Amino acid sequence: MMLPETAAAAAAETPDIWSQIFVFVLATFIGLGVIRRVSRLLHTPLMSITNAISAIAVVGAILVAGPEYPVEIRILGSIAVFASMTNIVSGFLITERMLKMFKTQPKPGEGPRP
Amino acid sequence: MSEGLVQLTYLVATALFVFALHWMNTPATARRGVYAGVVGMTLAVLATWAKPEVVHHLWIVVAVIAGFAVGIPLSRVPLTAVPQRTALSHAFGGLAAGLVGAAKFYLWYGEGSDQLTAFRTTAIIAEVLLGFLTFTGSLMAAGKLQEVKWIPQRPVTYPLQNVINVGLLLIAATLGVAVVLQPTAAWAPAAFGAVIALALTFGVLLIIPIGGADMPTVIAILNAYAGLAAVAMGFVLDNKLLITAGALDGSSGLILAIIMCKAMNRSFTNVLFGAFGQVQQAKAGGEERLYKAESVEGAGQVLEQANLVVIIPGYGMAVAQAQHKVRELYDQLKKRGITVKFAIHPVAGRMPGHMNVLLAEADIPYTDLVEMDEINPDMPQVDVALVVGANDVVNPAARSDKGSPIYGMPIIDADRARTVFAIKRSKNPGFAGIDNELYFSDKTWMLFGDAKNVIGELVKQMSGGSGMH
Repeated sequence: MMLPETAAAAAAETPDIWSQIFVFVLATFIGLGVIRRVSRLLHTPLMSITNAISAIAVVGAILVAGPEYPVEIRILGSIAVFASMTNIVSGFLITERMLKMFKTQPKPGEGPRP
Repeated sequence: MSEGLVQLTYLVATALFVFALHWMNTPATARRGVYAGVVGMTLAVLATWAKPEVVHHLWIVVAVIAGFAVGIPLSRVPLTAVPQRTALSHAFGGLAAGLVGAAKFYLWYGEGSDQLTAFRTTAIIAEVLLGFLTFTGSLMAAGKLQEVKWIPQRPVTYPLQNVINVGLLLIAATLGVAVVLQPTAAWAPAAFGAVIALALTFGVLLIIPIGGADMPTVIAILNAYAGLAAVAMGFVLDNKLLITAGALDGSSGLILAIIMCKAMNRSFTNVLFGAFGQVQQAKAGGEERLYKAESVEGAGQVLEQANLVVIIPGYGMAVAQAQHKVRELYDQLKKRGITVKFAIHPVAGRMPGHMNVLLAEADIPYTDLVEMDEINPDMPQVDVALVVGANDVVNPAARSDKGSPIYGMPIIDADRARTVFAIKRSKNPGFAGIDNELYFSDKTWMLFGDAKNVIGELVKQMSGGSGMH
């Protein structure tokens, strides 16, 4: 009597697993295509912005910290929210700070003018 | 917020993240990428927070405020410290993934239902393994980069190192498989805890044998691990936004690691298990050879006569904080109608692209920063190559000496310029401990001293003389 239940669970689970794997593989291809075109000048800012983006883990952390779960679980989740939030804030801010420095011309009044 | 609306928001956030990375393809549009990323992230956080099952808010609010409190100072570090900051943020990313994985496992184990399917449990094991090894590994890397006293800078090796590392990983994997097979067994939580402990240990042991010169590659690899940990979390939580964003991060780390490895002519396995520092020590300490030293006055006169000057910066420039003096020298040369370019080696600095950021901070236009492959064909036309704190990336032994540990590594062909000036702090060999043939070449003249002082003197001399023109 275990069998039908397990089979039903497996049937419900299988398509979901595959759609997740599809998303993963396709997203990796998009990632490889997009990242390959990133200017080599900007590899350091690229790293800090992908840091910030991968801190999307905050979504998972909120879903562990927020619901009606045992306290210990929610503590782990809250620490994860903190760690991800730190990455989001510092990642985006420092990327912006670095990108502001990339200029084509020296500042007017400083340096030579042709 | 309804589930459909949440998913739609996630889709928009995913698209914004892809655009954010796409706009990084040129400095002209890159800042737009940051704004797209911020909007995507804000949407994703708000949509998740508004889900009906999220009922406890206080701790989340506190965690978010604490994240701002730590994140804002971390974004204001000096640019020489950006590699450490990046490593630290990989550590935070790994920690978040590991903690969420652990929380989910114990939660589902406690619920005692058939929540722990084989697929989910496998994903959780992958998540905590990657998350926690990235956590300690990145902390170690950050410590080495920050030159924290109790973490050895030099590669640390001991007998059977690789056997021990691989053994630990195998034990962790075996325990993981056991948990996947019997997730509801009484011993499963203990085995799961052991997997976490092994992952934490493995992260430390993985980074201990790695030296400073390999840091760009290691940071990129840890970047990829942090991304994959987020992907695994997406599998665990059945969340496609996490899977996509993690995959973007993972592929970025992978591409950067490949570029770094190519730039050093080494393989991943060699970087991770090769203990670079060990090989060269046998080679150093050969016969004494003589450098030809040049005075600042002499160098200044040669520079003034040049038409095309190429400056080759290395990490030594950053250590000496010489980039602003370099910019003054650039101005002096430009004023005389001399063309000045900066030749950037992909592994110059302590992380991918580090030199470009340091020079951009000193207000040098990015149009004058040239990649190694672009500048090398022009090197024979260069009147003066000025090497500032770079060493291995201009060592011709990489082209000619099969016995050299850096043989085969692509280099900037400084030795093909008409005249070479190399600024060097001392007469000792460089970071990797390898003698540099370039310094003994007929056309090379050494300027001994701290890079900042030497270039400062050069600038002073040239600005003094400029009134005569």
